[in-house]
Amino acid sequence: MTLWWIGDAVLVLGVLPVVVYLLNGVLSEARSIVPSVQRIARTAAAGSKDLDAAALLLTTQEQVRQTVAGVADYGGSLDAIVDDAEEA
Amino acid sequence: MPAAGVVLLVAVVLIVLALVYYLVSTIVALRSIAGGLDEVIASVGEIVAKSAPVNDVVTDINANLDAAVSALEGLLVKKAGMQDAVGLVEGLYPGAAAAGFRDFPESGEVVPPRIGEVYTKGTLTLARLGREAPIATANPAGAVLRDVEYGSAAARNLYPHGREAGAPTLPRSPVIGTSAPVQYEQREDIGKPRKRMRSA
Repeated sequence: MTLWWIGDAVLVLGVLPVVVYLLNGVLSEARSIVPSVQRIARTAAAGSKDLDAAALLLTTQEQVRQTVAGVADYGGSLDAIVDDAEEA
Repeated sequence: MPAAGVVLLVAVVLIVLALVYYLVSTIVALRSIAGGLDEVIASVGEIVAKSAPVNDVVTDINANLDAAVSALEGLLVKKAGMQDAVGLVEGLYPGAAAAGFRDFPESGEVVPPRIGEVYTKGTLTLARLGREAPIATANPAGAVLRDVEYGSAAARNLYPHGREAGAPTLPRSPVIGTSAPVQYEQREDIGKPRKRMRSA
């Protein structure tokens, strides 16, 4: 009978607090990750939204091509009109 | 059942309840984390998809701009000559001549002429583009005034000996603009009523 009581004491005073302590640690760490993941999700969504303007680069690319083509035409006209520099 | 057995049973039940509570709470937290990570993966996928063509587009834009810079630098040097081209750039952007042209590494060593000399030649060039220019052959006012094949002869006649001999010794043209080394204060009386002389 004494051994029964010793076993009960070990179970209540030793095993139960250790189990509660360890599980509480796991739960608190898991809960602390949740806000971080939510912040990461909001940041990623904001970054994705910022990149919506990246599609305008295609317009910029086309405009640069047209501008450079215009500059080339203008430069070609100037090359034909203006005399070359005199040789030193 | 002895009292010790009852206490044992209660202790086991307490342990099981603690396990259930904490493990279920942990499962809920992990599910929340998994849901957040799903949103992150979706957003990162959008970022990857939206930024995929950026590299090619920017590379193409840079290639076009590089070609334009090369063409304009080449045209400027071809038409104005290396020295006057450097002088023109130096006149427009003081200090830029030290960097030189990108496609002409030797341009960084050229001593830029005074901006007045460059502008004089430029003005004459612009003048040649007028009534006397080859493009004016279709001018209804009459035939062109100059020989098309020797269009710059008239302008060269104004300076038959080329650059003035003492030009390098003349003082540099003043630098103007916000980056000028000498800043002049604005007069305070500008915009105010004119001062009147006192009558005797």
